Amino acid sequence: MLRYLLHKLALIIPTVFGISLAAFAFVRLLPGDPITALAGERGVSPERYAELVERFGYDRPYVVQYLEYIGRVLTGDFGISIATKRPVLGEFQALFPATLELATIALIIAVLIGIPAGIFAAVKRGSWFDQATMGVALTGYSMPIFWWGLLLIIFFSGYLGWTPVSGRIGLQYFFKPTTGFMLIDSLISGKSGAFRSAASHLVLPAIVLATIPLAVIARQTRSAMLEVLGEDYVRTARAKGLAPRRVIGLHAFRNALIPVVTTIGLQVGTLMAGAILTETIFSWPGIGKWMIDAIAKRDYVVVQSGLLIIALIVMAVNLIVDVLYAVINPRIRVQ
Amino acid sequence: MKKKLTFAAALLAASVLGGMANAKQLVYCSEASPAGFDPSPWSGGNDFDASSRTIYSRLVEFEHGKTTITPGLAESWTVSDDGLEYTFKLRPGVKFQTTDYFTPTRDLNADDVIFSFERQWKKENPWFDYLAGTGWEYFAGMGFPDLLKEIVKVDDLTVKFVLNKPEVAFLPDLGMDFASIVSKEYADQLDKAGTRQQFTQKPIGTGPFQFVDYQVDAVIRYAAWDGYYGGRQKIDDLIFAITTDPAVRAQKLKAGECDIMSYPAPADIAGLKADPNLKVDEQEGLNIGYMAYNTTQAPFDKVEVRKALNMAVNKQAILDAVYQGAGQAAINPIPPTMWSYNKEIKDDPYDPDAAKKMLADAGVKDLSMKIWAMPVSRPYNPNAQRVAELIQADYAKIGVKAEIVSYEWTEYRERGKQKDRDGAFQLGWTGDNGDPDNFLFLLGCDAIGQSNYAIWCNQEFEALLQKGKATTDVAMRTKIYEEAQVVFKREAPWLTIAHSKVFMPMNKKVMGFVMDPLGIHRFDGVDVAE
Repeated sequence: MLRYLLHKLALIIPTVFGISLAAFAFVRLLPGDPITALAGERGVSPERYAELVERFGYDRPYVVQYLEYIGRVLTGDFGISIATKRPVLGEFQALFPATLELATIALIIAVLIGIPAGIFAAVKRGSWFDQATMGVALTGYSMPIFWWGLLLIIFFSGYLGWTPVSGRIGLQYFFKPTTGFMLIDSLISGKSGAFRSAASHLVLPAIVLATIPLAVIARQTRSAMLEVLGEDYVRTARAKGLAPRRVIGLHAFRNALIPVVTTIGLQVGTLMAGAILTETIFSWPGIGKWMIDAIAKRDYVVVQSGLLIIALIVMAVNLIVDVLYAVINPRIRVQ
Repeated sequence: MKKKLTFAAALLAASVLGGMANAKQLVYCSEASPAGFDPSPWSGGNDFDASSRTIYSRLVEFEHGKTTITPGLAESWTVSDDGLEYTFKLRPGVKFQTTDYFTPTRDLNADDVIFSFERQWKKENPWFDYLAGTGWEYFAGMGFPDLLKEIVKVDDLTVKFVLNKPEVAFLPDLGMDFASIVSKEYADQLDKAGTRQQFTQKPIGTGPFQFVDYQVDAVIRYAAWDGYYGGRQKIDDLIFAITTDPAVRAQKLKAGECDIMSYPAPADIAGLKADPNLKVDEQEGLNIGYMAYNTTQAPFDKVEVRKALNMAVNKQAILDAVYQGAGQAAINPIPPTMWSYNKEIKDDPYDPDAAKKMLADAGVKDLSMKIWAMPVSRPYNPNAQRVAELIQADYAKIGVKAEIVSYEWTEYRERGKQKDRDGAFQLGWTGDNGDPDNFLFLLGCDAIGQSNYAIWCNQEFEALLQKGKATTDVAMRTKIYEEAQVVFKREAPWLTIAHSKVFMPMNKKVMGFVMDPLGIHRFDGVDVAE
């Protein structure tokens, strides 16, 4: 097990360097630069431009800039935002709990609905339920998040008035964040109605963010279950006269779980990508909105460090998933 | 005893609830997060709304809803005959805000004024670099490093600015956001504590509201500052709910989650106007949308060609299709609401036949050119791509073949400055300080390679521009600028497209909000009906 873990960890090191290089290159390949972006219509004179380029150090060779950047990162210094002049890590730490809270709730929704829907669709293969579930899953997968979010806001917040339009909690609740997770902080605050307000603000963005992972998980569960349901041991279990619920729950689902867990692990990346649009629509103060703003401002430091930190988190989650495989299926450890 | 306690508890609850009910709150749905709360390093309108206009004050202020200058922290001033010395008498007894992180021991004085400017100006000032990579872009962009010779403390309440050359827009410049006055005493306190960064995170000013809290990218909270020299505000709490998407801002306003919002999408305005709980104020924007020819490249170096192309464009069709009634055709490079606007100048008539003949007379045949379209919606031009398509169709009628080009926004402006740029380049401008020079400088010879996208350096125009800068008499300046507009129209370096209207939707219970021609969102003087 330890050898397996070390092997996985060893693979992470070149990946981190690869991603840091890609993030560094990506932001510089974008047209424009932070100085022009910050100047706006007023523009900046060529002399002033040259002065600022030198001051920011953008006149030095890319290799030097990259090595200096990676050297700082290795000491835990992710740099200072060009636009806000605040440390990138500090901004990330302030905003990440909001994204994590939203992504966690979205993932819970996706798993709690996606897995049972996939199982039922597989068990009732070819039925109207199967076709409807897979049809809805395909629609969910293909839905532009931006349009879907606005549609839900207009209907549930505007027309029905059931949910708040945007934000994390009602503006009447004002308390200093303790954990950064609004659901927890609202409980800690002890203010009557605060938790309910925080929960109601989470509903729509979590549904929007959950849509694509839910569709993927439902489809993956269905196909994994179908494969397992055709196996000999399932037929044997049925022949033994086991209750259908036991056959499906114990024999079939447990074996179908590995690809489903893989899919759930991979959805963390999807959730991070989806958070960018969801957070923009719902004015959710998380890292997705932060990255979009940074790209628009050509804030090189935030984009390259933000991408790297997000990639590190996704890799960590995938490592945990890999370890979970080994726990679920000992054959993987041997391989 | 039990009865007494119950009564006391009820009384306490009633007083708390009563206090809450009495606290007047105004929620503003703003469009973006501020980069920080120091009013000087940044240049975005949202930065100014969140810092300089709420927390800080300036030596002079723009009259609410106008561009005329009124006394601010300076109660009076004198200008020397040569226009090189401005002496300001500071208002006595102005208090800096008292918060849980700073308690001032003295009132505003000349040291604060000098510090506010020198930190942006002098590289040896320890605060010049307090934020890594700060360029003090507005201070530099307004030419202050070259303009200022020295700032002298005459006495505690008198400060003198000595200039290197006369600059008539100096007073309006001092009303701009970057010229907000900050507390030197607070800066010194942070210096001692080694926490300079806090200057932009926990601000202290002399303005109508004091900072309470900022949840990054979400909510900014302010409270009315009791010691404000202009009197305490009627609202107790001011909240900025940061909402980047205009459609979502509109939904929040309709749902009562905010009381007032900025920059509605044109498509949402009719729906907002139709809502019985809302009202939509509107105002002519202090802006212009234009299309600059590259006057250094053939055949656009010929006035007749530029004139002919201007005459080929049906501006009314653009106003109808793109501005949807929220704009007016632009004739001059400055908007009609600005002083010195020359009403005598007539626009180039829409006459495709005459335009075609003018082109032929100028020896231009089978002209192919580029029309540049911004990739983003701007206050002065909501859809440059659509404008380009309409102009393209108009040009086709006179035999000019136009190709529309567009690039990513920063790249677009960068390419537009290139001296060999092909064709006509769409852009625009929103005024900073209400002075005509703040628009006409866009066409100055010094602005080539920076903001002069026509790459037009006309000596007659330039002489008038410089003369205007050096003249203090407003009547004289008016004549100078009227003449400059005549030269501009005759030479046609731009197709002047439109001046757009700006809309401000709000709940009907919001009272006293005055739309600002400079695009600033000010909440001093605003009240909310019970």
